[in-house]
Amino acid sequence: MQQALLDYTLYLSDNSLILGQRNAAWCGHGPVLEQDIAITNITLDLIGQSRILYQYAAQLKGGDATEDSLAFLRSEREYKNCLLVERPNGDWAQTILRQFLFSCFQRELYTQLTKEKDSTLAAIATKALREVSYHYRWSREWVLRLGDGTAESHTRLASALENLWPYTGELFKGADYELALGLDPAMLYTNWLSAVQSTLKEATLSLASFASCFMQTGGKTGIHTEELGFILTDLQYMQRTYPGCDW
Amino acid sequence: MQRLIKKLYYGDIPDAGGGTAPSNDQQPTTDWPLWEVFIRSKQGLDHKHVGSLHASDAQMAIENARDVYTRRQEGVSIWVVESKRLTASNPAEAGELFEPAADKVYRHPTFYNLPDQVNYI
Amino acid sequence: MDSHNLEEQFQHKIDQEIKIEPKDWMPDAYRKTNIRQISQHAHSEVVGMLPEGNWVSRAPSLKRKVILIAKIQDEGGHGLYLYAAAETLGQSREQMINDLHSGKAKYSSIFNYPALTWADMGAIGWLVDGAAIMNQVMLTRTSYGPYARAMVRICKEESFHQRQGFESLLVLSKGSEGQRVLCQDAINRWWWPALMMFGPRDHESTNSDMSMKWRIKRKTNDELRQQFVDMIAEQIKVLGMTLPDPALRWNAIRNHYDFGEINWNEFWQVVKGNGPCNKERLEARKKAWGQGAWVREAAQAYANKKNTRTKAA
Repeated sequence: MQQALLDYTLYLSDNSLILGQRNAAWCGHGPVLEQDIAITNITLDLIGQSRILYQYAAQLKGGDATEDSLAFLRSEREYKNCLLVERPNGDWAQTILRQFLFSCFQRELYTQLTKEKDSTLAAIATKALREVSYHYRWSREWVLRLGDGTAESHTRLASALENLWPYTGELFKGADYELALGLDPAMLYTNWLSAVQSTLKEATLSLASFASCFMQTGGKTGIHTEELGFILTDLQYMQRTYPGCDW
Repeated sequence: MQRLIKKLYYGDIPDAGGGTAPSNDQQPTTDWPLWEVFIRSKQGLDHKHVGSLHASDAQMAIENARDVYTRRQEGVSIWVVESKRLTASNPAEAGELFEPAADKVYRHPTFYNLPDQVNYI
Repeated sequence: MDSHNLEEQFQHKIDQEIKIEPKDWMPDAYRKTNIRQISQHAHSEVVGMLPEGNWVSRAPSLKRKVILIAKIQDEGGHGLYLYAAAETLGQSREQMINDLHSGKAKYSSIFNYPALTWADMGAIGWLVDGAAIMNQVMLTRTSYGPYARAMVRICKEESFHQRQGFESLLVLSKGSEGQRVLCQDAINRWWWPALMMFGPRDHESTNSDMSMKWRIKRKTNDELRQQFVDMIAEQIKVLGMTLPDPALRWNAIRNHYDFGEINWNEFWQVVKGNGPCNKERLEARKKAWGQGAWVREAAQAYANKKNTRTKAA
């Protein structure tokens, strides 16, 4: 049970960290200064979430584990983040849609977790939910702007949808540690889908062609795409090169 | 006209070609509209002008203002108005607009001398 | 009123320390000088995001990562405040950005130096932001109102930038041998470029200085540079590191530190575009702006559609 709680906490923190790490690459390179600052706020929220969660995980794990040892000294196979968050930034459309699909999921997830019997997770979820609600709102508005903006933005968003949709199924397929804690994510699917569907419809996009889409899975149990290795190489470079130092 | 500065400071390196003037070839801008931002720093205080930013619509202007001007909890409420919709008084008319108020000293409480024993007025 | 008269009144206001506001009459050259200076300052903030941005993905701890991101984001915000201040003088942001991309407008040369190791994040915070702050504190009293107000806001936010840089170096200086090497190496590479940030020596200018007369600037290059050297020469003792200048020593007669001659040839070469990273920095800005064009257009198109629909309804 303790192991399941630890794994689950790591799953949550890995999700936030990897998406934060991805979004951080926009800092200084956004399409307009105002939005550069906006997405960077989301990045800071996400990495902030991951830190609180890693701190909790370190406590659960005991020994000399710290937020940094968990983030910087676990390998590709030990990371549990969903595949969706490690997908490349691509263009603004792909980054926005990845954020929207994930924030929409995180909103459902954290809403559920606020009622969780583990009081630490419940408290973390309560705080994070405010941030996530804003991410959801911000990314949703951008989905509308791009979908219903110009012909080019519509095409780009449609192609982002094609790229990312196969990575959404995994979010709702319970990993052992989720099921052991009685937190089957399948329960979140209906709400998530209806929010996604209504937004995409307003953005003049449709999910019709994805009805029988084959879903990629594995991230939650440590089987990732090739992307993760590169992400961790960057992320962990300093800690691996200068082991055991304070920064 | 006086000679222009040739002296250089940090952030004040001459533009290429030695020119000191900004571009004059003004083209129609594709910038998003400019908005003025007003923030209430806490309940009970007025909204105060804090600056401006670009946004494609009012909703985005509010969100950009949140991200740009309240990163350190500077606000609890935001107003935005498109800059072109603001009307400002003309500085050249400042004299006739504001100077007539200068000699109305009787509008200020200190104009009135009351005996010391009269308190709380 | 003839323009001579207006100009006299204008100078009178300046001498009385009355701020100039956007709609006030001002000499054309005052307007242009301010546009040029404020936009260069804005460009410096935005280009300045790039060298530090390189290290976001590789920051050595999660705490350092969020600090670094928050600092770079602040720089974006500062660029934004400054562009907005320049816009009050009638120049569009897009025009300013185009001038940057065409190479017509400049930005601070310091950002054309590469950020090679993690210790550079500390050195940039301590030395580069430290040098910038001296200039910026002076500018909070500049005569153009919107510029002065932007600087007040910026200085308030900047106060943590230099501190985090110094603190980050302090940790390195107390760390392993490898960390101390990183620390000293970064200081060695950033010291002289930081001194160059204050610009050429005062005596190299023989022309009348309108910037001082108009109180856009209030201290000379050499005054600010000396102030900076005096400050850093003391602070480095706390780090237990050295500054790469054999001529640096306390002068009891002047009550200041003496220091060596700056390599002015290098200074002018970097200004002219021959610094180690001039091309990369400008390319990165152009790429971000160019690739953002369809995004900006989409948002505008969407806003227009929504407006039309609201009116029709």
